Amino acid sequence: MSETLALIIGKYNYWLYIILMMIGLYAMIVKNNLIKKLVGMNIFQTAIILFYVSIGYKTHATIPIIKDSGHGDGHGGGHAVIHAADYINPLPHVLMLTAIVVSVATFGVAMALAVRVYQRYQTLEEDEIRMRLTEE
Amino acid sequence: MKRGGLVLFSIMGLLLAWGVLEFPGLGDPSSPASSHLSPYYIQHSLTDTAVPNMVTAVLADYRGYDTMFETIVIFTAAIVCIFLLRTFKPPASRYRMYRHMATGITLRIEKGGKTPDDSEHFERIDSVWVPHDLVIRTTCRMVIPFIQVFALYVIAHGHHSPGGGFQGGVILGASVVLFAVCFDLRRTIRYLGEKMCALLCALGVLIYAGTGILCMGLQSNFLDYSALAGLFGTDPVMARSHGILIVEIGVGMAVMAVMVMLYYNLASAGRHDEGL
Repeated sequence: MSETLALIIGKYNYWLYIILMMIGLYAMIVKNNLIKKLVGMNIFQTAIILFYVSIGYKTHATIPIIKDSGHGDGHGGGHAVIHAADYINPLPHVLMLTAIVVSVATFGVAMALAVRVYQRYQTLEEDEIRMRLTEE
Repeated sequence: MKRGGLVLFSIMGLLLAWGVLEFPGLGDPSSPASSHLSPYYIQHSLTDTAVPNMVTAVLADYRGYDTMFETIVIFTAAIVCIFLLRTFKPPASRYRMYRHMATGITLRIEKGGKTPDDSEHFERIDSVWVPHDLVIRTTCRMVIPFIQVFALYVIAHGHHSPGGGFQGGVILGASVVLFAVCFDLRRTIRYLGEKMCALLCALGVLIYAGTGILCMGLQSNFLDYSALAGLFGTDPVMARSHGILIVEIGVGMAVMAVMVMLYYNLASAGRHDEGL
């Protein structure tokens, strides 16, 4: 019992990402409204961002900015040896930084498509759009 | 459909959870993700590029290609948005609303009527009636300059603190969007036109790619900023730092222009006359 509890608490970031990802996927596939699908897509992307950023985390480490960079701030001179364990992993942060901006861009394009669909069919419900398509 | 989806995603979630059992725990310093490439970045980024912020160093120098194509991706998104939505035909048979500024009386002028566009006493308002919102407008006037200064700080100080071109560009774009929400779309477009946005978009990408090509011209690899040492008059390590700054400025411009362009087109469905 305590082992299961330790597993749940020790890896809670992964459980959260799985829950968020499934919520996003559910909304993307099951929901009927296009805007709700887009919201699902955004939740899905957020889940992936959470996953990556939590992978980069290390206990007892700080943000990946070198504190005593040697010039300017008065500490001066002493180029201390930098230990990798003192700073969290910068790589997932870089990847997610660009992923956030790209997700905004894809969201913008998706919204533009939704606007065009609405102008053409006067609805954003998927079944109604399909009905209009068969009528034509 | 709904019940089937729930069952399907429960199964998928369980499969993912099964995979999680093999994952390293949260905050494990010797996890696979932190033990191959990232120690190199942490230990060498300062001596390689003279940039204390490793995220900036990795973003714009080690992974410069990646970031360049990310910039091109958002540039493409703006272009796609224009192609999908932009219409140059004015909408047929729409009335226009004007407000007499001294008295607050609103006029509704049907199509074909004489519009007081060039009068100083009238301002055009959106056809969904908007009241005088003095508090909101005054707050925006006070807040927007500080947002913009902060955005420029985030871009310029990205070497030493959390920040960089993407973040600063988004904040700068958000200030323009805030202006457009508080005033109206037409006035925003008068200050920051569509052509200007397109130009800034393209210029940002051009600055990034141009820096890379300049490095090639100086007999080095594409995006190897140390070749710029002669131009800046510094040593190659410091030249990398300056090269990163130039690239970040390009990214910031492109991101800002893309955000503004997406807002213009989405808020007015491509007509650029009446926003939200």
